[in-house]
Amino acid sequence: MANLKDTDIKTAIGWVLRIGVLGSIAIVLFGGIIYIYRHGHTVPNYQTFTGVPDFVQPGGIINGILTFRGRAIIQAGIILLIATPIIRVVFSAIGFIIEKDYLYVGITVSVLLIIFISMLSGHAG
Amino acid sequence: MSVIELTIIILIGSYFAGLLGSLTGLGGGFIIIPLLTLVLHVDIHYAIGASLISVIATSSGSAAAYVKEGITNMRLGMFLEIATTAGAMAGAILAIYTSTHYIAILFGLILISSAVLSLYEKKEHIVKHTSYLGEKLKLNNSYPTADGVVEYSVTNVVGGFFMMLFAGLISGLLGIGSGALKVVAMDGLMRIPFKVSTTTSNFMIGVTAAASAVVYLQRGYIDPGLSMPVVIGVLLGAMTGSKILVNSTSSKWVRVTFSVVVGAIAVQMIYNGIIGKV
Repeated sequence: MANLKDTDIKTAIGWVLRIGVLGSIAIVLFGGIIYIYRHGHTVPNYQTFTGVPDFVQPGGIINGILTFRGRAIIQAGIILLIATPIIRVVFSAIGFIIEKDYLYVGITVSVLLIIFISMLSGHAG
Repeated sequence: MSVIELTIIILIGSYFAGLLGSLTGLGGGFIIIPLLTLVLHVDIHYAIGASLISVIATSSGSAAAYVKEGITNMRLGMFLEIATTAGAMAGAILAIYTSTHYIAILFGLILISSAVLSLYEKKEHIVKHTSYLGEKLKLNNSYPTADGVVEYSVTNVVGGFFMMLFAGLISGLLGIGSGALKVVAMDGLMRIPFKVSTTTSNFMIGVTAAASAVVYLQRGYIDPGLSMPVVIGVLLGAMTGSKILVNSTSSKWVRVTFSVVVGAIAVQMIYNGIIGKV
């Protein structure tokens, strides 16, 4: 019985990763086509760092998607991609809860906590 | 150079970066970052951001396939992810305050050492005697092989943990998967069978990269226009690479040739870092 649960959660994790990667790549590709269609002939500057663009904040991204801005749609796909392994960790936590392995529930929650602190540290300063 | 020209060049370059990265086991970041900085004169922070995103895509994509085979040690991966994510967070914060030419020099040095490490013959070793921590943390496991299920034990948990902290730091600082360092920790220090250490390392790379990507994202270092061709190109290249690997066993000769190429790129990065061109 314990083995059955173990393979179930492995299958679920496999699907989380697969859907996350395929979904985000599809969104990135879609946004990329719009971006090139609309801005294909402008000359970008990547030589020096130009500061934080406005679609880093959730409001900016949603606004950008609604106005069909290619770069905002790509950014949404990238955020889904970054979220994919984090969602995988959440699924692992659920798996350990089902197995009643509380040591590993604690370890998994610690990993999520570190990522959360990392997110906050990027926001500050 | 216009957006469309740049996108096509990066797409083709990233495809080969992903292909070489998967064939050598070094990962796409090692080639894409020099391509973007040395050839296309992109700010190294943007290059690192784009590379991190491609690392998440390739690692998650291949982990999906490995998890089902039952070789990946999920508990071991989860435990060591505490170290790699903490290291990655520190690395990403450090990267913001480190000037670009120091990053370029460090990149070159890590690239050379990873290439040398990947050249070593991998010996399959199974440890039977158990360590206290390995037992307590339930890290000992088994994996399926052609000759049936093989049981293995884990030693030097503390040493492996600290090596993972370092691997995470490098990953966050340089935007690479640092798979070579992770395999050193698991294969060399913790004495885990090679197949288990490579798949588990790959499993951990995605979360590690995500922990530093959340910092880079908010700092604006992950540019959508640049990341789009990089992530698509590297992912397609890595998929081609894994198909080739299944059909052939990589010969020593091929690996030596790659290492020479990688060494030349590394020297370029260090040189450009020293003269301040990156």
